[in-house]
Amino acid sequence: MKRSRLLTRLWEFQNKFGFISDNAISEIAQKLRVSKIEIEGVISFYHFFHRQPTGKYIIYLNNSIISEHKGFELVKTAFEKETGCTFGKYCDNTLFSLFETSCIGLSDQEPAALINFHPFTNLNPEKVKSIVQKLKIGVSLETLQNNPTSKIQYIPPGNKTIFFRDYFLGNSIKKILKHSPEELLGTLFKTNLEGHGGAFFSTGLKWKYCKESNSTKKYIICNADEGEPGTFKDKSLLNNVPELVIEGMIIASYITGASKGIIYLRAEYTYLFKKIKNAIQKFKNKGYLGNEILGMKDFKFNIKIQLGAGAYVCGAETALIESLEGKRGEPRIRKYFPTEYGYFGNSTVVNNVETFAKAARIIELGTDFFSNIGTQKSKGTKLISISGDVAKPGIYEIEWGTTIKELLHLSQATAPYYLQISGPSGECINEMEFDRKICKEDLICGGSIMVFNRYRSILQIIENFMKFFNEESCGSCTPCRAGNQILYEKIKKIKKGICTSKDLEEIKEWGKIVSLTSRCGLGQTSTKTFSMAIDKFKDYFNLKVKTCTDNCSIEFDMEEAVYDYDSIIKTTQF
Amino acid sequence: MKNISFKIDGRNCTAEQGQNLIEAAKQNGIFIPTLCHFKHLNPLGSCRVCTVKNNGRTIAGCTLNVDEGMDIEVNTPELLDARKAILEMMFVEGNHFCPSCEKSGDCQMQNLGYETGIRYTRFPHLFVDRIVDARPERIVVNQNRCIKCKRCIEEVRTTDGNRVFNFTNRGNKTLVSIDYEQEAKLSDTQAEHAMHICPTGSILVKGKSFGKPFGNREFDYSNKEKNISFNEIKKHKTTHKKKRIATTSLAGCFGCHMSMLDVDLGILDLIEVVEFNKSPITDIKNFTEHCDIGLIEGGCCNTHNIEVLREFRKNCDILVSVGECAIWGGLPAIRNTVPLEECLKEAYLNSMTSEENEIIIPNHEDIPKILNKVYSNHEVVKIDYHIPGCPPNANHIWNVVKHILFEEEYSIAYPEFKYD
Ligand SMILES: Cc1cc2nc3c(=O)[nH]c(=O)nc-3n(C[C@H](O)[C@H](O)[C@H](O)COP(=O)(O)O)c2cc1C
Ligand code: SF4
Ligand code: SF4
Ligand code: SF4
Repeated sequence: MKRSRLLTRLWEFQNKFGFISDNAISEIAQKLRVSKIEIEGVISFYHFFHRQPTGKYIIYLNNSIISEHKGFELVKTAFEKETGCTFGKYCDNTLFSLFETSCIGLSDQEPAALINFHPFTNLNPEKVKSIVQKLKIGVSLETLQNNPTSKIQYIPPGNKTIFFRDYFLGNSIKKILKHSPEELLGTLFKTNLEGHGGAFFSTGLKWKYCKESNSTKKYIICNADEGEPGTFKDKSLLNNVPELVIEGMIIASYITGASKGIIYLRAEYTYLFKKIKNAIQKFKNKGYLGNEILGMKDFKFNIKIQLGAGAYVCGAETALIESLEGKRGEPRIRKYFPTEYGYFGNSTVVNNVETFAKAARIIELGTDFFSNIGTQKSKGTKLISISGDVAKPGIYEIEWGTTIKELLHLSQATAPYYLQISGPSGECINEMEFDRKICKEDLICGGSIMVFNRYRSILQIIENFMKFFNEESCGSCTPCRAGNQILYEKIKKIKKGICTSKDLEEIKEWGKIVSLTSRCGLGQTSTKTFSMAIDKFKDYFNLKVKTCTDNCSIEFDMEEAVYDYDSIIKTTQF
Repeated sequence: MKNISFKIDGRNCTAEQGQNLIEAAKQNGIFIPTLCHFKHLNPLGSCRVCTVKNNGRTIAGCTLNVDEGMDIEVNTPELLDARKAILEMMFVEGNHFCPSCEKSGDCQMQNLGYETGIRYTRFPHLFVDRIVDARPERIVVNQNRCIKCKRCIEEVRTTDGNRVFNFTNRGNKTLVSIDYEQEAKLSDTQAEHAMHICPTGSILVKGKSFGKPFGNREFDYSNKEKNISFNEIKKHKTTHKKKRIATTSLAGCFGCHMSMLDVDLGILDLIEVVEFNKSPITDIKNFTEHCDIGLIEGGCCNTHNIEVLREFRKNCDILVSVGECAIWGGLPAIRNTVPLEECLKEAYLNSMTSEENEIIIPNHEDIPKILNKVYSNHEVVKIDYHIPGCPPNANHIWNVVKHILFEEEYSIAYPEFKYD
């Protein structure tokens, strides 16, 4: 067995037995000739793998902030009441197991849960009751599950849509026949294509590096791990036009000379697996995948899908590569680009789903088409997932340069006050900034906007984000692992009401240290929102803390400090 | 290999092209502190202590290979502070009770604590309950001290090449776990090697570390001769009022007070320029006058400690936390990882010496209430100075006091730093 098969093999055990037993570990360790602790280390990294028996139905309830605002607590209680199980605990119940999980890409239909990876959306206590009862009498998940499709609420008028225009299989691939890889790269450079996964690195440059690498094997990897809470735009592409993404990968293969492609699909999107597989098959049937593509002798490319297993950090490209290699998804040190040293040391291109789709359209439609859409630096359109306090949550394909105000209007936001741009690792903005334009020149956005109205507690939002980072950090570097935990203590302190303005200054200083010294993007961005919110929502935070000048007295919560003692004495001594 | 030139903090340096920055800096006489970096291992980049800037971009120095024209910053105020902060994070994330640690004096992390001048941590201690795993054949892993540097994971292998250690879990639950089967295959030498490459006291070999601790405390640079002496205090003698000092022991062991008395004859010089007010030394129970300085031993474990501390704050111009217990809880804070109820039951109901069927946990309105955890003094009132050590050396305490009282410049020298 190859190490790269490890995740798949673990899924086989997990799916068949509901958990991964000691025996399974021994068997795998023996086959791979490694120690058992290595397998154990991998299993415990991914939260969808279990080491103890689970029930027939494993329920993963999303605990993102959007879910919290839409009734997470009630739904959670309902699940516990109806099943008799407790969240996060392994119990004797052979039918159900309950776990919380980070955002599952259904923010427009929260609260949502996955039951054996089937989607269940817009949950409320009654619905939970009915689902659990039906499962108990043996109704199948297939008949009960909801449609996870996100509504496409908006496409730009005047034939400007790029992603959701009519699609004909092979239209962009056929274009490559007439062009050399260099010419195609030129087209990408002209439209200024940059990665849509959040880092906005030049796609043309990335592919050029790979093309120029003399690595004997090369890989094209599609990053479909969309884990940033509040984001579900990649899902909409994979659900509506998976073919477009595949075409992008084929073009990348043509340009770089890579012959192997992998789509790393987050396990939360398992329900899209078949669809993507079918799409791949269509390409094979047409001779667009396999050997001698388009009749070109040396043009060979195959794509396989690899399921993740629950770990946000695996969206970071080097962590994703580690994960594909059958390891813990720890981001690598920043020494090489994946195009220099990627999957098993080979030159590797990792791009976001939307990036591939857009690349395919650029080749299909040509540079002229893009020249008048978007702004100087951001050409074309962008998919944005909008959720939260809006009447019309869903997918918005907007022209780059659209203002926040327009978007709020389109999505019918109610009393918007606090907006989270690009998820927890992005940034927050306040009312004063609603005129800002979404584009590289002003406010860059990776693909999600969460809208919160003025009745929401900002502290609750930040607390949810910090919890997320504490759980999803890979744990291998100090500032991110310990620093985020320390900042979480500050939230607890604010909630106790014993913070002063000095604490707020410390939060910003400490956040800066974490972002300065962390190894990967997760730690580098995890504290940004907290610090920003303190500056941008001064009125809110000033009400939460005591203002203090140089020599302020320390607040000490005596009541809390003696609470335990008093209650122990009261309950045991009288 | 080609020689190249590059800059560190503006200074011209030369090295072989592609050489690891840490080594290259060392050759040029510049020390970049590290913990996870280990001679022949691939750079791990996990501890982040060696964070530097390369052409303005931060990166772990151990993961950088020098190249022509690089402009590297190592000791800017921002980086020095970040480095110190990372070490502080390690101290608060684990539970580092140096006075009871086998590795104390030989611990690389402790050494860097001294090196970077950590007297107290700016961060709150997290006091997470962590296990001490003694199940392996030869090795004990004390999770309280592990900083997850990964050295053991990469370096320690059985003769068949199998890993013995690995990370398990993720996020703030990440642990270094042991493969018991593989561990049993380690030879004595291999096991001891594991203990020695661990930069902290996390990996111990059974029966080795107590009998003969790690060695000669290689990081204890101070010895009797080098001890900074306590003198020259008499020059501050005036006809004006003497400076007034108050001292107290809260949740401490009186060890710091014993140490205060340890200046021997120095005490005679001392009382020519200062007088003691409320203090166990004078047995004055209540403040009779406002004091210039208050020395606090011990942290706060009950309501009475809090009252006394607040009284000190009111009656002293300057407050100094003396010793580890005062600074962050110290040994009494070992209980902070255990819920109070369990502590009380263990102490009063289930201990070896308690009566059978004992049900009384002492309580009365006149007895102070036990707090849910031991608090450091600076969590309760403002503390102006911290003197580390368990206990701090006598001369050291009085030198600090002298310099504070008479407003002289003073920075603690490395050999005077001690956490044990
Ligand atoms: C913690 C973390 C999580 C990430 N998650 C994703 C993700 O879910 N999807 C994605 O496409 N990129 C993600 N990225 C960005 C990738 O590292 C990488 O930049 C991207 O896949 C490159 O593709 P692009 O150039 O097409 O954007 C993440 C980065 C970090 C640091
Ligand atoms: S910053 Fe966080 S996620 Fe990234 S390597 Fe460090 S611990 Fe892992
Ligand atoms: S000596 Fe080192 S490992 Fe031991 S407690 Fe102190 S800092 Fe931690
Ligand atoms: S046990 Fe020691 S060597 Fe291993 S990771 Fe922890 S501190 Fe590092």
